[in-house]
Amino acid sequence: MLEVKDLHVTVEEKEILKGVNLKVEPGKLVVVMGPNAGGKSTLAYAIMGREGYEVTKGDILFNGESILELGPDERSRLGIFLSVQEPPPLPGVKGSLLVPAVIKKRRGIPMDDKFADIKILREVRPKLELVGLDSSYMGREVNVGFSGGEKKRFELFQALAYDPKIVILDEPDSGLDVDGVKMVARVIDDMRKNGKGVLLITHNPRLLHFITPDEVNVLIDGKIVMTGGLDVAEFVETHGYDKVVTR
Amino acid sequence: MSIEKPEELVRYREPEELLGFAKDYPAEVELKGRITESLIREISKVKKEPEWMTRLRLKSLELFYKLPMPNWLQGIEMLDLDTMAHYVKPDIELSSSWDDIPKEVREYYEKIGIPELEAKVLHGLSAQYESETIYHKMKKSLEDKGVVMIPMEEAVQKYPDIVKRYFLRIFPPSDHKFAALHGALWSGGVFVYVPKGVRVEAPIEAFFLIGRAFESQFEHTLLIADENSYIYFIEGCTAPMYKGFSFHDGMVELYAHRGAHIRFTTFQNWSKHVINFNNKRAIAEENARVDWVEGSIGSMLTYVYPSTVLRGKGSSSRSVVFTLAKGPYLKDSGSKMFHVAPNTKSRIVNKSISVDGGINVYRGVIRIPYGARNAVSNVECESLILDDKSYAYTYPHNQIEEPTASVSHEATTMRLTEDQIFYLLSRGLDEDDAKNLLIMGFLDELFIEVPFEVAHVLKKVLEIEFEKLGGVG
Repeated sequence: MLEVKDLHVTVEEKEILKGVNLKVEPGKLVVVMGPNAGGKSTLAYAIMGREGYEVTKGDILFNGESILELGPDERSRLGIFLSVQEPPPLPGVKGSLLVPAVIKKRRGIPMDDKFADIKILREVRPKLELVGLDSSYMGREVNVGFSGGEKKRFELFQALAYDPKIVILDEPDSGLDVDGVKMVARVIDDMRKNGKGVLLITHNPRLLHFITPDEVNVLIDGKIVMTGGLDVAEFVETHGYDKVVTR
Repeated sequence: MSIEKPEELVRYREPEELLGFAKDYPAEVELKGRITESLIREISKVKKEPEWMTRLRLKSLELFYKLPMPNWLQGIEMLDLDTMAHYVKPDIELSSSWDDIPKEVREYYEKIGIPELEAKVLHGLSAQYESETIYHKMKKSLEDKGVVMIPMEEAVQKYPDIVKRYFLRIFPPSDHKFAALHGALWSGGVFVYVPKGVRVEAPIEAFFLIGRAFESQFEHTLLIADENSYIYFIEGCTAPMYKGFSFHDGMVELYAHRGAHIRFTTFQNWSKHVINFNNKRAIAEENARVDWVEGSIGSMLTYVYPSTVLRGKGSSSRSVVFTLAKGPYLKDSGSKMFHVAPNTKSRIVNKSISVDGGINVYRGVIRIPYGARNAVSNVECESLILDDKSYAYTYPHNQIEEPTASVSHEATTMRLTEDQIFYLLSRGLDEDDAKNLLIMGFLDELFIEVPFEVAHVLKKVLEIEFEKLGGVG
């Protein structure tokens, strides 16, 4: 379980998060909605431990233990996965190189065990299909020349392939058409059913037409100003973020 | 060729670590100081050379003093030739048995795994220490096919007519000051002749070692592949650590006759005490093919420009150069292709990595004069810079007169970004894994371009080089 307690985060000497509280339990879908520049991505990066996102107060707990002292890779190996909003291109690094390397690392298999690659690639292939990609994508350089939608699908595929306990999805549906959005909803629902905690970060509540969250939070100006169920998302959709604070 | 464990081709560690400090080994002859006519005559006398070779040396010496210091060179000022030893004949007799080589010297080669490699994969090996070849052996099977592989000095004595026809003619000493210096002072190196139609599948290797500081090495490799023959030649160089530095000004001349194919691969891993100047040029006749591979890892300063003159129609050449500038060192490299016949093809792949204050410079030349109809050339030049202290510069030079020529040039400079590193960390890879993956990704195409076993060795080398790499800038 992931727990964020009174989290204050400063980026380039500017306080972005001003006391955020949040819990993501296994098998639950927790949504954080909010306007742009409200601190949503900062929350995701702070949980992941990105350099430059300084926690000045509060704590982040994973299964009851603080992870503040851990680097992003250690947090990831504990079981926290972040699908970033804008995945960077990795020239020359094919999926067939990246995915086995990551899985070997996570399972403690030596990097130079090339036979493991073949097994791993066979094992993850069905997950590629779940996100609507064919196996040719493993032969492509990761995020190089990918469309926005392809990037999102490949991120979601990795979220499935690496088998984390907590999945943080930052705008997983941008750049996707309606069928794509439905696919994302289906995958999230499967994750939830498989006991994973999902933290969905989104500007646009469109995805929530296809999946019912367990909790919806609205993050504005570094604070969670509203918490509830689907009704919160519906309120935002009808009235916009401007009205949230005044309600 | 099949090699079961290609990593055995090179037992790689940093030369400083592998060889340690230089051990002094006595010289039988040592000639140092200002480079004068009498010094040249003395070298020629020690080698018992015929008069024509002495004249060739003296003509080169004249050119050396006449030619200006190349204005594109940087860093070479620190070289004070008047204080260097230009010819050092170690007190070791040339032998074809490692048992005859004194232990102190033999150990250098053993630490790099050369005798072992010879036993397992090589069909011929020539090892040079200081200015002279000390070990030389070729498999009998090659001898039976009529292949000639002998120390360069022996070729001057035995085959003067052949040597006269090619020696310093593929790469004339008038080309630049250091080519002239090489012509005047050359010593050691290998002469190889592959008869018509003969294929030398397993590699032949020449290995060069400079044992001490303030010394120059000028080995000369001449390789002639007669019509429709094939040869795979590997060259390796290294040095132990010493105070001060030494100078390497070697030359490689390749001649691929009609339909011949030469693969010439160099692994340069000098210690950080060597200024390395390399002169490499090939001539390709009709339908011949020359493939250069250069892996330039070590040294303080390196200047290397594999070049091919595509003289015969339908000839082709490929040059794959990888340079690593790690630390406050310079690699100045670049391939040159001269298309002087129709339907000639060339391809250049140049990849460099700059890190810890390293500088890479690329200077390539593509020349397609009028009349070289349908010549095709493509150049890919990619630089990866790993931190803010390191640099890469690209100076391509195309001289295209022929309207039917097709030339493409792509140059890109990449930096590992914080975004990429964080992305990979967030997947669970640690920082070293992440960098390795990005570096291997950067070099992926290079690995495809070179023979399998070469790719394997390069990967190994880089893994070790980057094991100790600190945080990204």
